[in-house]
Formats: sequence, C-alpha cells, structure tokens
Amino acid sequence: MTSYLVKRVLAAIVVMWAVATLVFFMLRAVPGDPVQAMLFDTADAHAVAVLRHKYGLDRPVYVQYGLWLWNIGHGDFGASIYGSREPVEQIISQALPRTMSLALLAFVIAMGIAVPAGIVSAVRKNTPLDHGFTLAAFLGLSMPDFWLGIVLIIIFAAHLRWLPAIGYAPPSEGLVPWFKHLILPATAIGTAFSAILARMIRSSMLEVLSADFITVARSKGLVERSVVMKHAFRNALIPVVTVTGIAFALLMAGAVVVENVFAIKGLGRVLIQGILNRDYPVVQGAILVVSAIFVLTNLVVDVLYTFIDPRIRLR
Amino acid sequence: MAEPIPLSDAPARAVLGRRPRPRWLKLLIADRRASIGLVVLVVMVLAAVLAPYVAPANPDSMAFAMLKGPSWHHLLGTDDLGRDLLSRVIYGARVSLFVGVATVASSMIVGVAMGVLAGYYGGWLDTIIMRYIDLQWAFPNFIIAVYLVAVFGAGLSNVIIAIALAFLDDFARIARGMVLTIRELAYVEAARSLGASDLRLMLRHILPNAMAPLIVQATVSVSYAILAEAGLSFLGLGVKASTPTWGLILSDGRSFITRAWWLGIFPGVAIMITVLSINFFGDYLRDLLDVRETSSSQSSGDAR
Repeated sequence: MTSYLVKRVLAAIVVMWAVATLVFFMLRAVPGDPVQAMLFDTADAHAVAVLRHKYGLDRPVYVQYGLWLWNIGHGDFGASIYGSREPVEQIISQALPRTMSLALLAFVIAMGIAVPAGIVSAVRKNTPLDHGFTLAAFLGLSMPDFWLGIVLIIIFAAHLRWLPAIGYAPPSEGLVPWFKHLILPATAIGTAFSAILARMIRSSMLEVLSADFITVARSKGLVERSVVMKHAFRNALIPVVTVTGIAFALLMAGAVVVENVFAIKGLGRVLIQGILNRDYPVVQGAILVVSAIFVLTNLVVDVLYTFIDPRIRLR
Repeated sequence: MAEPIPLSDAPARAVLGRRPRPRWLKLLIADRRASIGLVVLVVMVLAAVLAPYVAPANPDSMAFAMLKGPSWHHLLGTDDLGRDLLSRVIYGARVSLFVGVATVASSMIVGVAMGVLAGYYGGWLDTIIMRYIDLQWAFPNFIIAVYLVAVFGAGLSNVIIAIALAFLDDFARIARGMVLTIRELAYVEAARSLGASDLRLMLRHILPNAMAPLIVQATVSVSYAILAEAGLSFLGLGVKASTPTWGLILSDGRSFITRAWWLGIFPGVAIMITVLSINFFGDYLRDLLDVRETSSSQSSGDAR
C-alpha cells in the first residue's frame, strides 16, 4: 500500500514537472518578444535592454529555466507584465476560491440531477420516462455550456429579473448573494456533466440490479425501495467514483469558458485575459495551477479508489 | 487472404425473390433519431456549401435596420450592425463544419499513426509515445486546446492545429489498444510468415480491422471539435474577428442579449442541432459497427 502511494505521488510530481517544462519552453518558442509586448512595441533599444536584464531574459535559456523552476517551487510565479504589475500568486489566490465555489456548486447541481434521473431510468427501463431522460441527456451533451449560460441570463436575469446577470459575491458578504451569483453559471457548467453522470448511473444500476444478491434481497421480501436504494445504488456508485476525477476536469474546463460569460474573475477568466493580453507570467501561472488541480484530483481519486476496491493496489 | 469471406445473401434472395435491404439501411430506418440526425446533417452541409445561394443576404452587409427581432424579412432578426442573422448563421456553418471535419481528419491521421507505431513495435518507441499520450490524457481536451492557442496565437489554422493536437490522445490510445489485440491473431502471423513487410502488415492487415472503434471515435470527436471551436471563438481565441462563426456571433451578440435575445439564442441553437445530430448518428454507428466502449476501458493498453 505505501509503495503504491509513493509511486503515485512520484508520478504526479513527474507529470507536474513535465507540464512546467513544456509550458516554459513552448512559451519561449513563440515568435514575439514579451518585453516588446510590455512596452507596447514602441520602446527604444535601451529600454528593451534594461527590461530584458531586469527579468533575466538576457541570460542563457537553461539558466532562466533553472531559476524559473526554483522560483515556482517556492510559490513565486513572477508579476503580471500587463497593467497592474501585480504578483501572479496574488491574482491566482484571489481567483481560486471563485473557481472552486463555482465547480463545487456545479458538482452538487450535476449530482442533484443525475442521481435521481439515473436511478429512475434504470428502474423504469425502456418506459417513456426512461426515453425522456435519454433524450434530455443527449440534449445536455450537445449544448455548449457557455451558450446555456447566455440562455439562462436571458431568461432569469434579463426577462424575469430574478438573478444577477454577472459578477461574483464572496461568501463573506452572505451566503444568499454568493448563491444568487453562482447558481446560473454553476447550472450552465453542471448540466452537460449531469448528462454523462446520469447515463453512467443508469448503466451501472442496470448491471447491479441483475446481480444475484439483488435477487436474494428481493426474494427475502425486502421492500423494492430498500432493494433499489440500499442494495443496488450503493454498489452502483463504485464505478461512478472513478468518474469524479473526470468530473472535476470537465467542470474546470466548463468554468474556463463560463466564467467569461458571467464576468467572474476566476482562474478561467485570469487565464483567458492573460492570453488575450499576452501576459506570459499570468498565463504560465494559471496553466500551472489549473494543471496542478487536475493532477491532484486524479491522484486523490486513484488513492480513494484503492480503498473502495482493494484489487487495484494489488496489481 | 486477410479479408473475411463475405456472407452470401443468395439464400434469402432466392426465398424472397428480391434483394433484402442491407443491414446498415435496416438499422438506420429502425433508428429514428439517427435518421433525423442524418437528414439534418445533410441539410446543414448543403446549406454551408451552397451558402451564397441559400443565404437571404450577404453576411457582412450592414444594409438593414439594427437589432430588429425575427420577422418575415429577417427570419432570425438583425444584429447590432444591421446584418441579417440568418445569413451569418448559414455562413457560420461553413467555418464550424470545416473546422470540425478538418481537425478530426488531421488528428485521426497523426493519432492513429502514433498508436499503430507504438502498438506494433512496442519497446522504447511505445514508451516514449505512451508517456506523452498519458501526459495529455490527464487534461481535458478543451483545456489543452486553450493552452496551445495561448502558445500559437489565434487564427483559423492555429485553431485547427490546436484542436487537432488536443484530440490526438483519444485516437492514439484506441489505435494502440486495437493493434495490441490484432497483431497476435493467426492471420497476421500467416501474412508475416509469407514475407509481408512491417508497413504492409500495419496498413493492409492490421489497420482495416482496427477501424470500427476509430470511426465511432471520429464521429464523436467531430461534435466535440465543433463545440471546442465555438468555445475558442467565443473567448476571442478563435478565427479572425470578421469571420462569421457560431461562437463568434454569440460573442459579438453577448453585449446586446438583454435587448435582443435572438442574438443570444439562434447561433447556439445552430450549434446544438448540429452536435445533437452528430451524436445521434454516432450512436447509430456504434450499434452498426458493434463498438461497445470507445474510451478508456478498451484502449487502456492492457487489452491484449
């Protein structure tokens, strides 16, 4: 068990190092000089040289690479080169809770839709209700999440005026404003994922429902509700746990776009604004943090899974 | 030699007195969703190809009243610059469908080549290719596309390259998994002992039998590629700002949606209908080609 854990953690570190290295060298392979971009392409040669020296860009690439790795290892991502000159760590630490709130609420919404829909579809297999859920799942998968966000704004903000169209309120200003700002974007992100999840729960439930222990439970006269919920659903959830890693990845990918629809300054908006402004330190920092979240989630899911299914760690 | 012997339909013909419908057609007719999807896709492709003849107006012409709702003159209304929305959506189909097909075609060629080489030769080549694929596998395709556009910059060709690279891993994994299974089969051994070269074995004997799951994956990927292009264009990381594409039309209309809902609704409906039709058709292909799981489980590498 310990050796399995150590192996997984080491692999995760290697992945992060590989991502960091790829990001570093790819951004330096691009045509266009960040210093020129900083000075809006107007500067004279002397100003450029001063700045290049200040940021260490006049040193050999391998020295820059080593220094950079050392710095990010210590949580120093540099400063934004566009506008504010704010440290990247600060920008990201402000953005992170927003994205996390959004992803968390989206996950809750997705589960709230998918669990009942998946169970009902499986128990009422091939009824009009099941077909209806199937069609709904197809629709959910085919809608761009950012468009669903726009539709929700048109309905609930512009016409009904129930909810704010854009922005974010931190939970410290009260949970109600926080929830009101997040419910639309979270629904936009969570819908597609709820479709995937509902289909998974359905097929997993169908498999479990035909297992012998369910027949036994039924034949000893248990109420159907108890058979479905206590016996079947619990076991049907096991394969679903593995999907939570993918779930989180999908929700984060959704957040990147949807934050931009709702003008929520989370990681996604920071990343996209950074790209549009050619703000390389911010782009690098955002990519690394987003990547670290994925790697960490995958690691946690892998480890969790070994507790649920002991066969894995024995492989 | 490698080709399976086709099952003759002669007995059935003798009894019925006419040629029975082929299996693919029977399945297609029985699958109502797939038939609808196919019809919609054909209409979409025709509209895109024939856009100059089908569109009621020039998509860039600003000759009309601004921000007018749907009417007989402008079925989908006009935008903030007085352009006909229906015409822009029809022209938008050109870019969206082209990007969808072009990215998946290039991604499939490169990804399958990587997967086949890795699976066939094994050893260090397999290790290097799979390490890279595993690295990419850890991230969602859309995020990878965003990363790559961050590096390459926006623009049509860069978007195609970025999405194609982001989708590589799906094809490589499936191709490798299939090759690992097929290369051990007796007929491949037979062809090898008859002196077939590696290249011939890969292209003529192994790849044709690995195509079914790849075709299903390609169909699914086209719908994801269309969604990815729309997302990138919406974020301003896609094609040039003057080109009408569904994502960009949505992005342009975003500031006006409180006053002009049609700008926020119709381009998205176009995306949804297209992706939905592809998904319906992909589901039919999965049944037809009898592909059960195209994602991780089958192609995870230990399928032998």
